Amino acid sequence: MRAQPGEIEWQVMWNRLIAVVEEQAQVLLRTAFSPIVREAGDLSAGLFDRRGRMLAQAVTGTPGHVNSMAEAVKHFIARFPLETMRAGDIYITNDPWMGTGHLNDFVLTTPCFHRGRLVGLFSCTSHLMDIGGLGVGPDATDVFMEGLYIPHLKLAEEGRLNATLMAMIEANTRLPIDTVGDTYSLAACNDVGCRRLVEMMEEFGLADLDALADHVCDRSEAAVLEQVAALPPGAWSYAMTVDGYDAPVTLRATTTVSGEGIHVDFSGTGPASGRGINVPLAYTTAYTVFGLGCAVAPRIPNNAGSLARLTVSAPEGSILNARKPAPVSSRHIIGQMLPDMVFGCLRQAIPDRVPAEGTSCLWNINLRGRAQDANGNHGFSMAVTSNGGTGARPRKDGLSATAYPSGVKGTPVEIAEALTPTLFWRKELRPDSGGAGRQRGGHGQVIEIASATGEPFEILAAFDRIHHPPRGRDGGRDGAAGAIRLASGATLQGKGLQTVPAGDRLVLLTPGGGGLGDPGERAADALAREVADGLVTPPGAPGAR
Amino acid sequence: MARLSVDIGGTFTDIVLEAGGRRRTTKLLTTPRAPEEAVLAGTRALLAEASLGFRDLALFVHGTTLATNALIERRGARVALIATEGFRDVVEIGDEGRYDQYDLDIDKPVPLVPRRLRFTVPERIDVHGVVRLPLDEAAVVAVAAALRREAVEAVAVAFLHAYADAGHERRVREILSDSCPGLWVTLASDVAPEIREYERTSTAIANAYVQPMMARYLGRLRDAFAAEGATAPIHLMTSGGSLASLDTASRFPIRLVESGPAGGAILAARVAAERGETRVLSFDMGGTTAKICLIERFEPLKSRSFEVDRAARFLKGSGLPVRIPVIEMIEIGAGGGSLARVDALRRITVGPDSAGSEPGPACYGRGGTVPAVTDADLVLGRIDPARFAGGTIALSPDAAARALDAAVGAPLALATGTAAYGVVEIVDENMANAARVHAVERGLSVREHTLIAFGGAAPLHAARLAEKLGIDRIIVPPDAGVGSAVGFLRAPAAYEVVRSRYMRLDGFDPEAANDLLGAMGEEAEALTRSAAGDRPLTAARTAFMRYLGQGHEIAVTLPARELAPGDAEGLREAFEAAYRRLFSRHIPGAVIEILTWAVAIGTDEPAPPRLPDAPPAAGPRPVGARATLMGADAAPVAIPVYARDDFSPGATVEGPAIVVEAGTSTFVSPAFRVSLDCGGALVLQRKATR
Repeated sequence: MRAQPGEIEWQVMWNRLIAVVEEQAQVLLRTAFSPIVREAGDLSAGLFDRRGRMLAQAVTGTPGHVNSMAEAVKHFIARFPLETMRAGDIYITNDPWMGTGHLNDFVLTTPCFHRGRLVGLFSCTSHLMDIGGLGVGPDATDVFMEGLYIPHLKLAEEGRLNATLMAMIEANTRLPIDTVGDTYSLAACNDVGCRRLVEMMEEFGLADLDALADHVCDRSEAAVLEQVAALPPGAWSYAMTVDGYDAPVTLRATTTVSGEGIHVDFSGTGPASGRGINVPLAYTTAYTVFGLGCAVAPRIPNNAGSLARLTVSAPEGSILNARKPAPVSSRHIIGQMLPDMVFGCLRQAIPDRVPAEGTSCLWNINLRGRAQDANGNHGFSMAVTSNGGTGARPRKDGLSATAYPSGVKGTPVEIAEALTPTLFWRKELRPDSGGAGRQRGGHGQVIEIASATGEPFEILAAFDRIHHPPRGRDGGRDGAAGAIRLASGATLQGKGLQTVPAGDRLVLLTPGGGGLGDPGERAADALAREVADGLVTPPGAPGAR
Repeated sequence: MARLSVDIGGTFTDIVLEAGGRRRTTKLLTTPRAPEEAVLAGTRALLAEASLGFRDLALFVHGTTLATNALIERRGARVALIATEGFRDVVEIGDEGRYDQYDLDIDKPVPLVPRRLRFTVPERIDVHGVVRLPLDEAAVVAVAAALRREAVEAVAVAFLHAYADAGHERRVREILSDSCPGLWVTLASDVAPEIREYERTSTAIANAYVQPMMARYLGRLRDAFAAEGATAPIHLMTSGGSLASLDTASRFPIRLVESGPAGGAILAARVAAERGETRVLSFDMGGTTAKICLIERFEPLKSRSFEVDRAARFLKGSGLPVRIPVIEMIEIGAGGGSLARVDALRRITVGPDSAGSEPGPACYGRGGTVPAVTDADLVLGRIDPARFAGGTIALSPDAAARALDAAVGAPLALATGTAAYGVVEIVDENMANAARVHAVERGLSVREHTLIAFGGAAPLHAARLAEKLGIDRIIVPPDAGVGSAVGFLRAPAAYEVVRSRYMRLDGFDPEAANDLLGAMGEEAEALTRSAAGDRPLTAARTAFMRYLGQGHEIAVTLPARELAPGDAEGLREAFEAAYRRLFSRHIPGAVIEILTWAVAIGTDEPAPPRLPDAPPAAGPRPVGARATLMGADAAPVAIPVYARDDFSPGATVEGPAIVVEAGTSTFVSPAFRVSLDCGGALVLQRKATR
């Protein structure tokens, strides 16, 4: 192919678009209130064209928002036609099926004007810690119990903030300070993105983004197809059972590689649960495509073009395509298992490119209780993000205490104690939890939490891999199962609202990742090092796994 | 009196001597096993040249990457950690994140202390500084025995919330000084008394890791200079761009990382002050990286955090965090040696990996086959193959062209010249994007800035970078090749103390704030005084503020006097103004809190006199012409080449042109004209301002 004239300029402008949305995400991170956003990075930011195609998405952020937000802007455009949009308008929703999968994610979209013409839309989302209802756990039996439901509305009209809507939001959360603050922060990041885009268009003399959008999408789609063409064609199936709310849930997937791209179908997966662990299809798609991206096309930027050839389907009414009004608050638990499903299929085709099963779902410690000084909020409510181990990789051990596939970070203990009346007595690696193997799974953690004021506090449990630990492969051992209990001895349920009594402590053991390959083939020096470090009990000794 | 400065880098040791109104410079190979040897040899040579002796030195300023390199190459001390029981793995758990979302094969940063040398003792202090569990002193004694058994040289003590109450950490130091004489002890509450256990612990360990080596080296250097008869005190350049005494540097050697680039920023600030340039972007591009730093009103912007030894070169989050005052700059993998290739999307990519000096770019003819930025610059005709690096390396344009054809031209079906143009465009765009994002993170727009370019490769790329950033003026100072060492001689003596202390603005307590700031000022003054001599000291006091509930703070300058109850309102206004500047809209009526306070005590360096404007003078004659590509598909154009030494102040030449000198070449694009100012700097000015 002879490069077209302007080739280099296209590349430069594409890089610039990615820089613009990265700036947008950084503003969101720096101004956010909810600890899960500002400390852990649970957010997403992107630029869309007039057709609602995503052109660029910030690297900063988390994959659960990727594809789900990619579709969200089309819903805004359907509700508010482009010709009715004005400079200074801001649109908002938290519809789980037309946003990013649960009510706690606000999606804000801002049309961007250049020389009086609407040239694109900036959209962003972040995780608000409380939006009323039962709170952040999976206990609700329908979505209406899960909090305030905001349809597609104007948050601002030509620069004037919708005070009525803001008052409604403020009145319907246990954390009005954080929730209102985060809404401002979302609005500000879109403003900054738009300002930079207009500067870029002036610099390059662009009147619109149409040709650039085509270039980005076409080039990305072709690149994905090229990567797919390098894979052996065929179809592979995989099944995995996880804990579920009150009964195990079996996920089934068939991944088909063809000249058209890669399709993952979840036929055979069980029905929706009566509790809030269900997953809207947009979120199912997000994590499935993320897993495909990691395995097949890790260097291709996310946009409508690169996502076009990676497709997902799930039977309507199944737990991976739950319909309104199913409860969906903790949709991340099963959603984050989906890269493991993709890897389970693909390992039959490309075993040297995918890891063993990992902890996969975040172990978010959702704590709630009374606070002596709530600073304008109603008590405290916080998600202390934490993680188990990831699965062993074909050439490397798994990563200990590391988020995968989620892109969020852990919460510092000192920050958690500054924001909530808690005292952490332990947060340490959990020896012997990584599944043994030629490559070992990553280790989980031991976490022990007490009240700092001697009062009881609530845990809104949303944990998995307690009854069904991450499985090893090719002779590698399973990772250690997770556990939740009181220091006094009682075992707690992996899911649902429970109380830690005054004077007692909450003890969590996060799972270890699955091992890969025969443990007998493990390098002697690696084993000697981990034994000396006290992370592994020597083989044959009591307690060895 | 003579002033000496020395910058020890990984490859070269740069030495600058200023005496009798003249500047002499030299470059020697660094002597890693005994770095003082190159320092002494070079200093002797320069002093002899100036007919001076060591006793004639009035000032000796020293900066070095030795601490940085020890961290990167893992050549530091055998170091242990003592932490709160239950928190043995803070540095291994880190932030639980992945710095690259899509890469399944990442490696996390490896802690400087292996788990078997991470000890814990029962103790606990809470977020308010209240003791929840007293220190178990018997457990400390037991750990001390283990430290002796394990032949540990240095230990970091890092307890939870010790920034709020350092009592337990200090008690551990007392016990260790009795039971482990000779052991180097770093307290996290001394090095980085700020909330967030991972960053604080990591900083303390990094300090302990480099301390024995740095303290011994600095001691040897002092003795060697004393033996030569030198009486001038030795001052150390810090990463924050100020000078510290040798004793302070020995206590907190972690503050010496990145002191070389900090010197470059100080030089740029000086160049800016001499010319009244209030908004500057300094641009330092060498063989491996480009460093970009914002300088507002002659002061480089500062930051309080930094990462060393990034596992994946330059990726944020892949390194070891350190909380120290640093000159805020971004470093990206964009240098003369950065390698170019075509990726899966058929896009040209450049860096971050570099050809280094072995084998080097393809045109060095030392076996390199992958094209580097220098190869592209050569093919475009911007570098004179016979004069590169003072003529020490003869460059081969044919080898450069072959490498570019193979890696970029053939896959994209581009002519050699177009491929070279593409490589240069992409590396310039990478730098422009980095500069833009960096500026925005600080709430600034780069358009109104002047670019100050130094380092071997910067003058070649400055014009196009400026065009991309909408910048109208570029300054290339004299002696740019040893810019950092020149900058050392312009640095103030200063020390900054930072402390976390929570206060809400609606409960503003001026008395508590005055007490805290007073104590911090005394501490900072004590650490500054020996480096400052009897020069007068001034204090700059800052509060780091945010809306109640946020996680990131904004710096707000405090008035230079005792605080009074009425100051709360002024602080709110200052905060909201800064917030709007950064993030476009503030949050009406929200509560504001102060998290952290900083006091910087330093010498007040007098502003340098402004240089006069040069009256117009006749332009020099070209020394030749060179065929140069000016666009992606354009034909080569012959453009004139001038020697920098032929310019007299005020002489002006229209672009396109190339100005050559021993250390580098300055490319003047058609959009610019170039002249020499009264300070010996080349000034590129855009012909038609927008």
